[in-house]
Amino acid sequence: MKIRKNIPLIDQHDKFGFWGGKFGGNFVPETLKKPVEDLTILFEKLRKDKKFVKKRDFYFKNWVGSPTSFIKLESLTKHLGGAQIWTKIVSEANGGAHKIYNATVHCLIAKRAGKKYIVGDTGAGYAGKMLSMAAKKFGLKCKIFMGAKDIKRQKPNCDAMKKNGAEIVPVYTGSQTLVDAVSECMRYWVSNCDTTHMCVGSTVGPNIFVKICGWSTSQISRELFLQIKQEFGTIPKKIKLLNCVGGGSSSFGFWNEFMHYDKRQIEFVGIEAGGPKKSKRHAAPLTYGSKIGILHGAAQYVNQDTEGQIEETESISAGLDYPGVSPLHCFLKDTKRARYTAATDEEALNAYKLVTRCENLNPSLEPSHAFAEAIKLAPKLSKNTIIIVNSCGDAHKDKDILRQRLGKF
Amino acid sequence: MTISPISLAFRSCKKEKRPALLTYTVAGDNTKRKSLEILNSISNHADIVELGFPHNTPIADGGQIQTSAYRAIQKGIAMKDVFQIVHKFKKSKKSKPLILMGYYNMIYQYGENNFLKKCKKVGVNGLIVVDLPWPENKTFANKCKKNSVIFVQLLSPTTSKKRMKRIINDSHDMIYYISMLGTTGSKLKLSPREILKNYNKVKKIDKNKNCVLGFGITNKSIGSFKNSDGVVVGSEICKEITRSLTNRQNPVTNVSKMVEKLKIKIL
Repeated sequence: MKIRKNIPLIDQHDKFGFWGGKFGGNFVPETLKKPVEDLTILFEKLRKDKKFVKKRDFYFKNWVGSPTSFIKLESLTKHLGGAQIWTKIVSEANGGAHKIYNATVHCLIAKRAGKKYIVGDTGAGYAGKMLSMAAKKFGLKCKIFMGAKDIKRQKPNCDAMKKNGAEIVPVYTGSQTLVDAVSECMRYWVSNCDTTHMCVGSTVGPNIFVKICGWSTSQISRELFLQIKQEFGTIPKKIKLLNCVGGGSSSFGFWNEFMHYDKRQIEFVGIEAGGPKKSKRHAAPLTYGSKIGILHGAAQYVNQDTEGQIEETESISAGLDYPGVSPLHCFLKDTKRARYTAATDEEALNAYKLVTRCENLNPSLEPSHAFAEAIKLAPKLSKNTIIIVNSCGDAHKDKDILRQRLGKF
Repeated sequence: MTISPISLAFRSCKKEKRPALLTYTVAGDNTKRKSLEILNSISNHADIVELGFPHNTPIADGGQIQTSAYRAIQKGIAMKDVFQIVHKFKKSKKSKPLILMGYYNMIYQYGENNFLKKCKKVGVNGLIVVDLPWPENKTFANKCKKNSVIFVQLLSPTTSKKRMKRIINDSHDMIYYISMLGTTGSKLKLSPREILKNYNKVKKIDKNKNCVLGFGITNKSIGSFKNSDGVVVGSEICKEITRSLTNRQNPVTNVSKMVEKLKIKIL
């Protein structure tokens, strides 16, 4: 298994949609074959359409707000002593997280496909919030599927969705989190695929959804590439790009432009959700060597029992609380281009405390997992190593959890 | 090669000028023993029985079947239990055709070859895998054939004519037409007449293929599909099991009565 050069990673799959011959694919009911195929043809056409790309860039620049800033975290660097810690504050994007890129592109596609309705899933509520924002902007009716447990713990984002005129459909099956929301959303699409466009909220799901999402979030690394060059005059010799990984949309977007660099120069580190310290449950299939299985239409490393039933996950961060992971990350793991590790709930909370104490930055619990790894790594490394953390979400949505766990927000 | 009991069942229904009645229940719902009893008693009326092996992230099942699957998984149903239920069922009803239905991950984890070996051993006659569409299923379907298991290809209203032709060409003795865009057990969105019109388009491609109709078929609508090769009732039965359990009644007798009534409607 090898990554090929000069071809975007999202296109390095075989005719059945598998990356590395075994990750991804299209495990969908017959009814969805046609809508998936239609979407595939449309997307391949649109990404080559200069007008469409121009339109995307227009909205990214003027509505999402691009580029998001790239800054050095001086006090944190000083406090830890060692590698330089930088961050790209992707949470500055309209709505407060990277999910806006995928949502915007899906709405633009839905418009071109002549669909009036758009549905999506959400865990932390960011994918839902952004989809509701974009749907409002582009005049589409929007339904968001969300686990009942997540609705409770991510109330601020639910309020935002309602304000944007979206209908939130609570999902009470299974663990009542993201995994169930995605299932329910897909079931809804099976019933309504003639009138409705589906937006999968991350780089997961059937092949085409992985591709569209990866294509959209890659905006992050396109910006970062230019910003690094501007800041350092060149691409430095030692860079580590740290990003949390749930479904894997922000990390893929954060890394894509640097894919062809040698990993000794630009290393990718993905940080999964290790769950509570004392719990056996986690949301880290890559770190803990979960087996390949089929989830939501794609083959991937996924937490499951020996029978093939998907296991429940546990994490303080709703956005990372997913038993599977993008086929793209499985591919990056097996080709050894990226390295994956996990941070526990407690480590993420401690990282949040330290970062907010040192810096004028308010990362949500998801990127706090990545900061936890930065805090571990930095003191062991020399000053000329550049650690860059993607601060992909804002903690406003986590205020209830933070108040409960830390007594303050 | 001997003729599959599935084909024989269709043949004898055709002689009686009626569609075959196919039922769907979930293995282990609400216990292993009860689901075997249900299977035994409904098979007195049904021509072919479908038995679901439950999965906890089903992307094409409606509420009723999800509820049944959830009950079974809660009680700890495993693949080995599913095979045991089939084995016991087949001991008393050797010639009654049985089709297993479920999601691919369960087969993938069991190992395709092991799974089929076991199917053959306990007497499974057919297999429906909801999330393994054509052409991805070609290799697996061939393996099924080698193990005397009919791989049932699915067709839906969204399947283009060109695609239908190719799928039917690769299909075995039985195909399954999904009546409408929806999960199992949703309300019929089309009138039975419209469904039959679509169904006849499929039959026109190859009239010799046994084609059953399923998704959303109830006691009310089943009578309208007398001219098809077969009708599948699933969610309606699962719903009856749920109702019986809520009312503390015996699901075996209730479901059996229900299937008997369904049968009368298509005679």
